Amino acid sequence: MKSLLLPTLIAAGGIYLIERFCLPSVNPYYVTVMYAAGFNIIMAVSLNVINGFTGHFSLGHAGFMAVGAYASAGITCKHIEALRGALIFCPEPVANSLILLSVLLVGGVCAAMAGLIVGLPTLRLKGDYLAIATLGFGEIIRIIINNIGSLGGGRGLPNIPPLTNFFWTFLCVVVTILTLRNYTRSSHGKALLAIREDELAAEMVGINTTRYKVVAFVMGAFFAGIAGGLFAHYNNFISPNGFDFIQSVIFVVMVVLGGMGSITGSVLAAVFLTALPQFLSPLTRLMETWHLAGDPKNVIYPLLLIVMMLTRPKGLLADKELSWAGVQSVFLRLRRGHAAS
Amino acid sequence: MQRHVCWIIGLVGLSSLGLGCARTDGPAGSEIVIGEFGSLSGSEATFGVSTKEGIDLAASEINAAGGVLGKRIVVKVENDESLEDRVAAAVQKLINYHNAVVVIGEVASGRSMVGGPICENAGVPMVTPSSTNPKVTERKKWVFRVCWTDDFQGEAMARFAYETLGARKSAVFTAINQAYSQGLAEYYEKTFKDLGGNVVATESYQGGKDRDFKAQLTNIKSMAPDVLFIPGYYTDVGAIATQARQVGISVPLLGGDGWEAEELFTQAKDVIEGSYYSTHYSSDEERPEVSNFVTAYKAKFSKTPDAMSALGYDAMKVVADAIRRAGSVDQEAIRAALEGTKEFPGVTGSITIDENHNARKPLVVQQLKGGKPTFVKSVQM
Repeated sequence: MKSLLLPTLIAAGGIYLIERFCLPSVNPYYVTVMYAAGFNIIMAVSLNVINGFTGHFSLGHAGFMAVGAYASAGITCKHIEALRGALIFCPEPVANSLILLSVLLVGGVCAAMAGLIVGLPTLRLKGDYLAIATLGFGEIIRIIINNIGSLGGGRGLPNIPPLTNFFWTFLCVVVTILTLRNYTRSSHGKALLAIREDELAAEMVGINTTRYKVVAFVMGAFFAGIAGGLFAHYNNFISPNGFDFIQSVIFVVMVVLGGMGSITGSVLAAVFLTALPQFLSPLTRLMETWHLAGDPKNVIYPLLLIVMMLTRPKGLLADKELSWAGVQSVFLRLRRGHAAS
Repeated sequence: MQRHVCWIIGLVGLSSLGLGCARTDGPAGSEIVIGEFGSLSGSEATFGVSTKEGIDLAASEINAAGGVLGKRIVVKVENDESLEDRVAAAVQKLINYHNAVVVIGEVASGRSMVGGPICENAGVPMVTPSSTNPKVTERKKWVFRVCWTDDFQGEAMARFAYETLGARKSAVFTAINQAYSQGLAEYYEKTFKDLGGNVVATESYQGGKDRDFKAQLTNIKSMAPDVLFIPGYYTDVGAIATQARQVGISVPLLGGDGWEAEELFTQAKDVIEGSYYSTHYSSDEERPEVSNFVTAYKAKFSKTPDAMSALGYDAMKVVADAIRRAGSVDQEAIRAALEGTKEFPGVTGSITIDENHNARKPLVVQQLKGGKPTFVKSVQM
């Protein structure tokens, strides 16, 4: 906890300064892409704890995001006036932040509970079976929301108060990364790696595998719920179709591309895959001049994955992290190479 | 640890500074940029592509006739891949990167409801060609549409079933996960009951997911309705109609503008023979706007235009007309001009924008005969 507090405070200060002084001069279009990258980073990093570190393939991460989004947006849509009334003594930005934080927590906890309910029975499954069970969970969530009339059902939930701002989004990103980094470096994280490498051996040395797996799953779900809450209050509109199977697959692709068990890898992959479609419209126009219809992304994604599976089957940064020390050592090695020649 | 955080913060700060310095194209003096966001790929790609073709045709006609205010119309398109979470970036890119004067989009109401608030905040007029959910323009200052809304369509089909077809017992089969389908069903049921009819069965399915509808259809059959209203998208209606005939439902099927697709009419030709659906326009109508549009479209894309193309075309023309009447590219003036649109002769009928920013215009009921939709009647609002 102590090791989390100081970095978080430094980060909060930094993000606040960026929001205050840099952001007003940035084109709002780029800011939108940065927000999208932020949400995706939280999703990818939290999924990596389940898929990458524990080695249990989950295909239902968008389902947890949906739980968080609907739980938090359900509250703010219905009770925003009452909440603002209760916080009338605070200046408006503070009141908004307090409301956002509390509903994010509610969303995260709801998603974590869903994770617990799903995780307890399904984490006894392995490999493909777990993937199928979590896939089923994601679909069940979507269908349940479709049938809840008070949350808009299939028509979606419009007019969500726009509470999400740059500061909270990126503070959540930093907190997610730091928490999960500390968690995976702790003895818990080592236990997860042991489970991934050989579950039977892990059990033999006295690791309570079910407990560790469930804790990892619940943590992943919690942060997915937070991301869902942030997304809902940013997009102002959510619908069950926005959290379907395809979304879960996109998050899995981020984890796989970035590297199983690499947090920095997931961050890089999330940023890369969020930004990629933004650069493709010139390519689409070029294709049009050759009378080729369609989305170039549908060619680039598979190619990317095929090439990666052939050359680096565990992802770009499998089990490695980008760090200062790493960068320094690369430079040192280069310099030494120069000196030797 | 702290060093890591400083490192991250530094990177984010640097990149945002770098982005801040990145130049965007300034508005060129001889061009008016119109932005369009649409589903050019993904699950509703056909709608997005049809709309884009309509808009392109209208823009090229306007430019051939000398442009607007002596300037060329340039249409910038952003693809949202039929995904709600891509809309924000697409619309922001149109407004802040391409400097679009007016934004046109989307077909799906859900995605228009993401784009609407962004245009509202930025003070950029947005015109949706074919989002029919009433909530899209509700309490919006900057959002308009050139189509009618679900309530009008549901109501018109209920009246058609009750008055023209003489049906007294109706069944409704809704896609529970589609806003569009639920909206239509709601107003259809309400009107049908108000007229004195009886809604004997309401069943639902998962649009775009379910493939077997026999359980629900068997329930519907046991209630022996006079008509079956299926307010879904064409992608599901083919399978539903086939299975409805298999379980022995032989009454006419009714649908909304989501049926409008060449694939459905040809592939499910036998099972939907004699069915009726409501839509925005009929290529059989004999108004000069329609015949000119159909000829020009066929010449350019060598196929018959569907309703989405016609609405995209009308949206572009209505926007151009508003800019012309505003006399400048000032967005507040364009907004006021859009509000003042009266009896604009569009392909999809005479368009008047009402105080809620919805279009008052007629609806067309078509019947499928031998795999071709044929004009039955036009219903005024």
